[in-house]
Amino acid sequence: MGFAFNEIEETIRMVQSEKLDIRTITMGISLRDCTGNSYEEISNKIYDKITKKAENLVKVANDLEAEFGIPIVNKRISVTPIAIVADKLKSKEEFVNVAKTLDAAAKAVGVNFIGGYSALVHKGFTDGDLHLIDSIPEALAATERVCSSVNVATTKAGINMDAVAIMGKIVKKTAMLTKENDGIGAAKLVVFCNAPEDNPFMAGAFHGIGEGECVINVGVSGPGVVFAALSKLDNQADFGQISETIKKTSFKITRAGELIGRLAAKRLNTSFGILDLSLAPTPEIGDSIANILEAMGLSKCGTHGTTAALALLNDAVKKGGVMASSYVGGLSGAFIPVSEDSGMISAVEAGAISLEKLEAMTCVCSVGLDMIAIPGDTPEETISAIIADEMAIGMINKKTTAVRVIPAPGKKVGDHIEFGGLLGHAPIMKVNNFSSEIFVKRGGRIPAPLHSLNN
Amino acid sequence: MEVQKAIISVIGIDRVGIIYSVSKLLAENNVNIFDISQTLLKDIFTMIMIVDISNSTVDFDTLKHNLNKLGEQMGLKIDIQKEDIFRAMHRL
Repeated sequence: MGFAFNEIEETIRMVQSEKLDIRTITMGISLRDCTGNSYEEISNKIYDKITKKAENLVKVANDLEAEFGIPIVNKRISVTPIAIVADKLKSKEEFVNVAKTLDAAAKAVGVNFIGGYSALVHKGFTDGDLHLIDSIPEALAATERVCSSVNVATTKAGINMDAVAIMGKIVKKTAMLTKENDGIGAAKLVVFCNAPEDNPFMAGAFHGIGEGECVINVGVSGPGVVFAALSKLDNQADFGQISETIKKTSFKITRAGELIGRLAAKRLNTSFGILDLSLAPTPEIGDSIANILEAMGLSKCGTHGTTAALALLNDAVKKGGVMASSYVGGLSGAFIPVSEDSGMISAVEAGAISLEKLEAMTCVCSVGLDMIAIPGDTPEETISAIIADEMAIGMINKKTTAVRVIPAPGKKVGDHIEFGGLLGHAPIMKVNNFSSEIFVKRGGRIPAPLHSLNN
Repeated sequence: MEVQKAIISVIGIDRVGIIYSVSKLLAENNVNIFDISQTLLKDIFTMIMIVDISNSTVDFDTLKHNLNKLGEQMGLKIDIQKEDIFRAMHRL
């Protein structure tokens, strides 16, 4: 069947002026067969396996980009949580060395990030888990491309408050060890509740233990396209029309992602895993989630009505996308990072959005408190308490939530941090100055919630 | 050999010889043109060609590069994309 002029023109316009892209092709690689008794043995196996499996990943992605004219922004790798693979290692120094191996493998195959320097400790720790967590600050400071995540809570297990207490310290130390770069280490570290096993988005990507040997997961993104579509509606359009417009747009961008993902999997002789239907912003003007919310009629993202607008957006994206692909997974929600979204940065600078409002917004979309810079002297207990709040939202609402805050060393409210590239820049946001110390220091586990008497 | 379609888009300020130059390049590379449609959108010349690249004498990357280069010379944006992406996005 032929194509109408306007269909062809629409696709070209989406790519050329509305910044439609495939945000990431992430190859998930199981490292379960790479265990061993020593750091050398484990590292050698890991390096060999990653460089073999992902040898052609970047080339295939570049070819597809050229053939179909849709930019593929990131080529990445996720691996089995390293705490599982290297559970036998006895010291944090050995774990740091494994991180360096991951970094070297990522460099060798040319991917910009490798995720999976992770531990799943929602119910308790193994010795290996504790060594890995302990090693995170040094590991992220000593490597360039390694990303780390720690799952500290699930709906079924509750919240491991010992882990939450530790992670406050770890986040702060990670930022401190990378202070010459505004604490960029903390931008590569995520604390999760209900972490998905197949999420292709960094920094929280890892190859879950229920996954196969090697899969291709794709993250599509198109805030610019959704924004352009909504901008064409007049102020009289009702929410039904807004939802319909987002659904149609989401359908099209998802189909593009599925095509690219399936072709990539075929050419790499792996299987196609999932398509993540997230809208992920970039710091570029016109590629912002905040602007989409504003296009619905809010004068500034963060004002009253923002949570409702985000709920509508998230739901409509999923409805349109689910029709377009049968293998949807990952996070599949709108990302609302501060530093990576020009509209969010502007909202923070204007005083329209606070940490509290961001937390409320995470109740209706995935991801959580993402890429938020806070004062460098924020007490570690306060960071832990921020994590605890966000984990509670995920646990009670049976959804994924995460925290990626950057306690920017030496910076205070009113200052800025600058990462450049996709990580962007961020104004330092105010945190509540009243102490949470006694609360955080109690430790133990917040029990899993009851899900019969819902309210 | 199976027909492999691609879509060429040409966008820029109108001038004499655009269709000629693009068609010439395609003929030189043994790329057959199935369809051409062109229009002026707010004074911007827009042309879309549906072509068959299965007998092209150069590989896809080279063809794309040559078209991009011609575009630069003529002050136009010329791009080529395989047809499947349009099929994926607009056809169930």
